[in-house]
Amino acid sequence: RRCPRGLRLPRGGRAARAGVTAFPPCRYLLYASGDFVKVHSVNTEETLRLLCGHADLVTGIQLNPQNHMQLYSSSLDGTIKLWDFMDGIPIKTFTVGSRLLALYTLAGAEDSVFVVIPKKGERDTFQLVSVKLTKGAGQDLEGKELSVVLDGVGASTKQTAFGREGSYVVSVKDVNLQVYFFKRKLLNRFSLSTAKTKGDNRFSCVACHPTEDCIATGHADGKIRLWRNFHSKKAYTYSALHWHHDIVMDLAYSMEGTRLLSGGVESVLVQWHNESSCQKDFLPRLGSPIECISMSSDGALCCTLHTDNRITIINSNLRFSRSIQGLIKSRDVKTGLVVDPRTKALVLNGEPGHLQFYSLQSDQQLFSLDIVQRQYIHQAGLKQSDLVKVAFSARGTWLATVEESEEVTDPELQLKLWFYSEETQSFALNTRINTPHDNHITDMCFRDMDELGDDSLILVTTGRDCVFKVWVMVEDSDPEAHQSVSWSCDFVGSYHNYQATNCCFSEDGSLLAVSFEETVTVWDSLTWDLKCTFCHPPGNIRKICFGRLTCSKYLIGATDYGFLCCWNLLTCALEWSAHLNVVVLQPDPISEHIAAVSWLSKESSLFVFKPSEPRPIYIQRNLCKEKILLAAFVPRDEPEMISSEKYLWLRKSQLFFLTDTQELMTLSTKSLEERLTPSSKQLAVEESLPVTPFSVLLGKHRRQQAQEDIDLGKPVVHKQEQASPAVKELLHTPAHVLPSASFLCTIFINSLLISKENKSAEEVADEVEMESEKAEDESDEEDVTAMEQEDTSHMELLGEMTCKLSKSQEKELRKIRKMDYSWISAF
Amino acid sequence: MAAYKPVVVQACPKLGEKITQDTLYWRGYKTPVQIKEFGAVNKIDFSPVPPYNYAVTASSRIHIYGRYSQEPIKTFSRFWHAAYCATYRDDGRLLAAGSEEGKICLFDVSGKAPLRQFEGRTKPVHLVGFLSDKYRIFSGGDDYSSNLWDIPSATEIISYSEHTDYVRCGCASKVNADVFITGSYDHTVKLFDARTKSSVMTIEHGHPVESVLLFPSGGLLVSAGGRYVKVWDVLKGGQLLVSLKNHHKTVTCLCLNSSGQRLLSGSLDRHVKIYSTTSYKVVHSFNYATSILSLALSPEDETIVVGMTNGVLNVKHRKPEEKNENSQKKRQPAYRTYVKGRTYMPKQEDFCVSKPVKRVLRKYDKLLRSFQSSKALDAVLEPPIMLHTPEVTVAVMQELHRRGTLRSALAGRDEKQVNLLLTFVARRVIEPRFTPVLVTVADMITDIYQPVVGQSAIVDKQFLKLQQAIGKEIDYQEELLEVLGMMDTLFATFTKKRDACLEENKSNGVMELIETNRNY
Repeated sequence: RRCPRGLRLPRGGRAARAGVTAFPPCRYLLYASGDFVKVHSVNTEETLRLLCGHADLVTGIQLNPQNHMQLYSSSLDGTIKLWDFMDGIPIKTFTVGSRLLALYTLAGAEDSVFVVIPKKGERDTFQLVSVKLTKGAGQDLEGKELSVVLDGVGASTKQTAFGREGSYVVSVKDVNLQVYFFKRKLLNRFSLSTAKTKGDNRFSCVACHPTEDCIATGHADGKIRLWRNFHSKKAYTYSALHWHHDIVMDLAYSMEGTRLLSGGVESVLVQWHNESSCQKDFLPRLGSPIECISMSSDGALCCTLHTDNRITIINSNLRFSRSIQGLIKSRDVKTGLVVDPRTKALVLNGEPGHLQFYSLQSDQQLFSLDIVQRQYIHQAGLKQSDLVKVAFSARGTWLATVEESEEVTDPELQLKLWFYSEETQSFALNTRINTPHDNHITDMCFRDMDELGDDSLILVTTGRDCVFKVWVMVEDSDPEAHQSVSWSCDFVGSYHNYQATNCCFSEDGSLLAVSFEETVTVWDSLTWDLKCTFCHPPGNIRKICFGRLTCSKYLIGATDYGFLCCWNLLTCALEWSAHLNVVVLQPDPISEHIAAVSWLSKESSLFVFKPSEPRPIYIQRNLCKEKILLAAFVPRDEPEMISSEKYLWLRKSQLFFLTDTQELMTLSTKSLEERLTPSSKQLAVEESLPVTPFSVLLGKHRRQQAQEDIDLGKPVVHKQEQASPAVKELLHTPAHVLPSASFLCTIFINSLLISKENKSAEEVADEVEMESEKAEDESDEEDVTAMEQEDTSHMELLGEMTCKLSKSQEKELRKIRKMDYSWISAF
Repeated sequence: MAAYKPVVVQACPKLGEKITQDTLYWRGYKTPVQIKEFGAVNKIDFSPVPPYNYAVTASSRIHIYGRYSQEPIKTFSRFWHAAYCATYRDDGRLLAAGSEEGKICLFDVSGKAPLRQFEGRTKPVHLVGFLSDKYRIFSGGDDYSSNLWDIPSATEIISYSEHTDYVRCGCASKVNADVFITGSYDHTVKLFDARTKSSVMTIEHGHPVESVLLFPSGGLLVSAGGRYVKVWDVLKGGQLLVSLKNHHKTVTCLCLNSSGQRLLSGSLDRHVKIYSTTSYKVVHSFNYATSILSLALSPEDETIVVGMTNGVLNVKHRKPEEKNENSQKKRQPAYRTYVKGRTYMPKQEDFCVSKPVKRVLRKYDKLLRSFQSSKALDAVLEPPIMLHTPEVTVAVMQELHRRGTLRSALAGRDEKQVNLLLTFVARRVIEPRFTPVLVTVADMITDIYQPVVGQSAIVDKQFLKLQQAIGKEIDYQEELLEVLGMMDTLFATFTKKRDACLEENKSNGVMELIETNRNY
């Protein structure tokens, strides 16, 4: 049951392909993310379902053209799965055998789908095949009946497209375009000449016009070509549209084919009207390069998938609607994994120049803090400035950030200090220090002293200009200034003109350890005197950290030459050392454990140890194949019950890793199935529905009623909660599928009546008489709700259903007619 | 999706003194008028009655100046040696002065010859003053005595010989006609009552007393001596209220402004400091060319007159009040225009539709948004922006440099524009906050316009100017580095080397220091 392996998290995975489903009111967005398919509500921005079952990356998802409540998905594990995505149940699994790289469905071909598979025996050659989906009774079926449609297609989903009503299929690869006409069984090949043009005119993507015989292709030089008349090999024509300055990443036609959307690295969505190059609209500054564009089936929405793992939903009038973002993938995580003490969120580089606060519990970005505050321009070869270091003070009230430009020599450096303001619930810039060091800043840390408060707050930065600097808060003497404190430099220390590489404060804040290349120096944080130095040649110091709690007398250091050393600060001697190529050294902030991740012979291993004893308490070899770059301990909200002795160190905090492919992983003591307990989330119908005038009216009435109750001082308990489903059903069901008003009247009125529980003893006698009615009412209610559920799925049956009124119901109606309706005039 | 982010202009905190109400008030003087006297000006006294003439005692003469006259309107020169301490009586009609030979002369301001001469003292008399009953004069001199004279009879009423050093300053109480104080070089201030035989109070100042002053209420006494100005409470028996040490040389003169809210002190360190008499903080200060000996302020603070050791009399007149006619003409929109529609409180069931806020972008931002580099640079090279907010120009240049389009934006300009650019660069390149960017700009301009050097005299001249500015700055920096080096050497000799006791312990490859005072 226990899973000792490093687990790929369901969160933070790369979104592979997005698609807005064809559900009538455009309510769901389906996208593949890692091994999973996610069902997302467009209105509430919530993940409703997680379809898991594939064993490898999901490469393609398509709605079942016959039933829009079903979804086909293909994966690298060689299976095609058919899902009921509303309930999250896999219906069927077809095993194809070879790796599936893309998936297409056609409305015309009922029992077959098209997939791209690698050609047997040849590398980097792919073929488009149609898979016959056998109709069998069981869940697991074979899908071995393959017939090759096209040879030598591109591996990406974007490089193949099906034309008008599935009459032809187009595929592009390099400079070749091939069209296969299903009816005529004709294959036309066109290729662009590479000699004439200066730029790189290879194909990058293709899209087909939904109603006309027209193919749009995107090219690596930023051009879009529109091909027509491609039935004949000779008389074909093409025209070019050019706006993008770099590769066109994806193209999509609107449902009517009047608009063509294109996107690329400029992170601008371009909308071309009527295939003319003069009429175009832009949606600029989408944040990061567009990788994929998808239109919803009714054309009301469009969504773009970005390289930084984000989906943007855009209205048909090219207005930004909302975005779905998990862990934003940044170009390079330079800041490291930092835990925000306030929200327990993981903090790291997000969008260029931004700091993202990523909540691990909800797999959502909490917010993104703009640090650089400068317009980001996507252009190759431009020296961007980005965030490189982040540090939080112990209570999260202060945030220090360092940004620098990418220039190797003479970087433009800025140290910024942010204060968390309780009123605005966000960080506000307090101090900006230009060029705090003359060269790159290598490390930064706050003195974490919870008990002494903010007065003792000290920030230390180390730089390659061979000094470390101590920054302190100073009271602003100027009473008219906006802020009362600011930061300034207090002390500059250096050691033999070596580059300062790391810094670390001891737990009680009295000692500062700064590593200068091969040497670790220990300084008194009150007087800034050099206390002692440690050295373990050869090799520069890579990481240092102090022990905590019972092990606070130890200082741990990892060197370049693969040594992990532990020095005793009392005796100033080496306590122990171990031969280990440590990449990551991460102390747990709430226990004495220290995690070290090593990188040896292409695998990462994890060692957890206490500084007091050289034997590690936990070893996990071959944690994952990727190189682990960063790690962070995140404190748990409540200690987890862990029975195994081996995992006791995971009781209070959780360890997260970030690999060089920017995948976030954690060490879990539970198996995957346990963790992915189906979240009992309903497809929230009620919440997402719009407010109708009638519901407003009812709301008003209810409020008035409540007011009256309070005025009278009678603690009347309303049974609104019980009545509400019926009323809600009544209010939210579209008028044309409702039974006649007279039929519904009873339920409605009954739901408004004051319930019987509150009646006094004198009325008990009456109650008995009404008992039978009540029973009938309830049964009616059930009937109606059941009926309505049917109604939504089978609208055509409606007429018959409403006619069938039972005798008892007729009696009811008559009774209602006699009732007093004078209260209605209150409306 | 993010909106366009405007260029961040680096704001720089304004250096220098803060603008307060006091600064504005005390800055409201015209450029000073300098009048050369024959010797050091040891006393200036304003007539208490209009037209507020003032008597200046310098060398052996007493000059009387009118309010705006730069020439003396009257001179008393009946002294053999130096004259001292010419002081007006309360009605402004009599003037008394001491002299080096020991005489005290009493003049009528309209006459020439002295009305009375008080003789009997042989040592110089440095202090003369009228008691507030107008009929008696007190004096103090180098014979350590303080005397009281009767004007009508020209006789000495009483003589106190209590000081043990020269008496150099004093003043009479305005409340009580019998009380006067004298300050002496024996570090004391003594308070005398003409009705008693000896002093009634002695205050230890601690330094030779150069000047004393009584507040109009008579309750507070200010003494100046050494670098200190001290305020004493007379009614509490001479208790020290506050001791001010704002000058770095001897304070020579004190003066109150007409309202009694501000105290002025002049010193040999060439400064006049103005204190608030409620908080005793310095609210303003004036700089002068040389050491200040005497200071006087006319009623209503219309004129500040300062006398200096080199005999220069510095007169500052107050600027006339400016009438703000322009601002009154411009009628502001009525209050109701601002609150129109804003006071409406939405009801609970109302839907609030917020109007999108229109973002106002500066011209250069609009151009940068549409990637028009050259035009954006043009926009910030407008003279008003370039002159008053050079940081905006530099910020846009930096942004262009970041985008990699600075070179193309700088290229292709005509003579006039290049001239403008070079003027800006040559002027601002030495400012430390602009240097990194402007060095790059200067580099690029030189690169781009190298081929056309010599075609335009104006541009060539600007290039030379730039060269000069940079050369000057380099020299300056070198000098600074030299100074820094010297200071480092000095600091190094003062700091104790504690690393000396560093020992190497090679047995385990760990260097250790013997002293560790850490206890875990």
